Amino acid sequence: MKKRTITLIVNGETFELTVVPNELLLNVLRDRLHLTGTKYGCGVGECGSCTVLLNGKATLACMTLVVSVDGKEITTVEGLGRYDALHPLQQAFLDHSAVQCGFCTPGVLVTAKALLDENPHPSEEEIRQYLRGNLCRCTGYTSIVRAIEAVSKEAGF
Amino acid sequence: MLSDTKILPGEFEYFQPQTLTDALALLAQWGSRAKVLAGGTDLIVKMKRLLVEPECLVSVQDLPELHGIRQEQLDGQPADEVAGGASLRRGGFETRPPDSAWQHALVIGAATPLSLVEKDPLVRLHYSALYEALRSMAAIAARNMGSIGGNLANASPAADTAPPLIVLDAVLRLASARGGRTAPVETFFRGPGFSLLDVDELIVEILLPPPRPQEGSAFLKLGRVSCDISKINAAAWFQREGGLCLDCRIAFGSVAPMPLRTPALENLLVGAEIGERLLHQVSSQAGAAIFPIDDVRSSSQYRRQVAPVLLEEALRTAWIRTGGVL
Repeated sequence: MKKRTITLIVNGETFELTVVPNELLLNVLRDRLHLTGTKYGCGVGECGSCTVLLNGKATLACMTLVVSVDGKEITTVEGLGRYDALHPLQQAFLDHSAVQCGFCTPGVLVTAKALLDENPHPSEEEIRQYLRGNLCRCTGYTSIVRAIEAVSKEAGF
Repeated sequence: MLSDTKILPGEFEYFQPQTLTDALALLAQWGSRAKVLAGGTDLIVKMKRLLVEPECLVSVQDLPELHGIRQEQLDGQPADEVAGGASLRRGGFETRPPDSAWQHALVIGAATPLSLVEKDPLVRLHYSALYEALRSMAAIAARNMGSIGGNLANASPAADTAPPLIVLDAVLRLASARGGRTAPVETFFRGPGFSLLDVDELIVEILLPPPRPQEGSAFLKLGRVSCDISKINAAAWFQREGGLCLDCRIAFGSVAPMPLRTPALENLLVGAEIGERLLHQVSSQAGAAIFPIDDVRSSSQYRRQVAPVLLEEALRTAWIRTGGVL
């Protein structure tokens, strides 16, 4: 396989990487850039744990060839906020206990960010439809929906 | 077979051509050793599971001809020459209204993501069955990745966009280094995973015929949960004149080796006065018009039992959308 050098802009930071065609974006993020917030769940596009934003659009990193995103902007959960300045969604998930085991949470947060960027004031039904590809086996979703609703009602959104 | 879905075990060369000509040359050169990569939502999963092991992937993400949605004027030319389309042979254009907005076909680039097609206002307004199918598919991230042409080229009997495109009489424009051709979506599928695409050929565009007055369509599906692949799906299209059905098309998915149009059912409706009783009667025969199997998603028996229910609801909705009453 031919190696090639690509540029990734991850959470605003530019990385030059030498990659081979069968490397997946998820594994590059986790194993090479050590951004382990994005999770490997099913590997086949059914669970949503590996969701990242690719040029602002929710995308499954486990099914994305890293060579195919050369030059593009990727936002992972680490890019939403910092420990000392959480994104409003991250704070709302804490406030509403929308996190239990936490494994699906990075994917859910990233998908919720895409939702609010696209539709700042979604209805409960719109939230549930948008998140239907992010499986959570702990919360039953109610607290997740409440947290997102709370953010959408805050000023500035 | 289960494998480690964390990695892509196979090795392959990757090409991301910038022009359609280059892409077609690569496909001609690599032949059956190549696979076309669009959104990857089907192909990458198959490669992880070692169901396909291509030596080369040709990405279509940078080909402008395969991206975007536009209107195409039919321009008074003989419609067959413009689109080669099945509907155009039906003489439907003779009755088209003078308003020029109604004389445009909608052309969708094959690699356009499902989510973009779903957001197109003309798709929502004029091609209800397709809009409903797109809304029903997977979830947002997979719809941002997966493309409408990929959904067809994958040739799954369960492809949700296939029955709507069949009843809407859509036509595919295909290209290879040898030249171009057109094919109605109805004739595209050959069996599970097989279509009439040659190994060196791409779907370039999907052409939807111009909207017509007093037409309506609908799509319905049953899955286990909201993101699922269909256990069974159905699409219906009507054109109405007064209380009469001028024309009708019905297609099912996941009930045969390929998406299935059911002319036997359509013939019971074309030319008839449409009412609740007739729609119920025709729908009740759906179980005998399909060829379902037992598989991971459902049983043959269940599919035969729900087909009439699904079809009746699709027919009712499509008829009401023509402006008809029941």
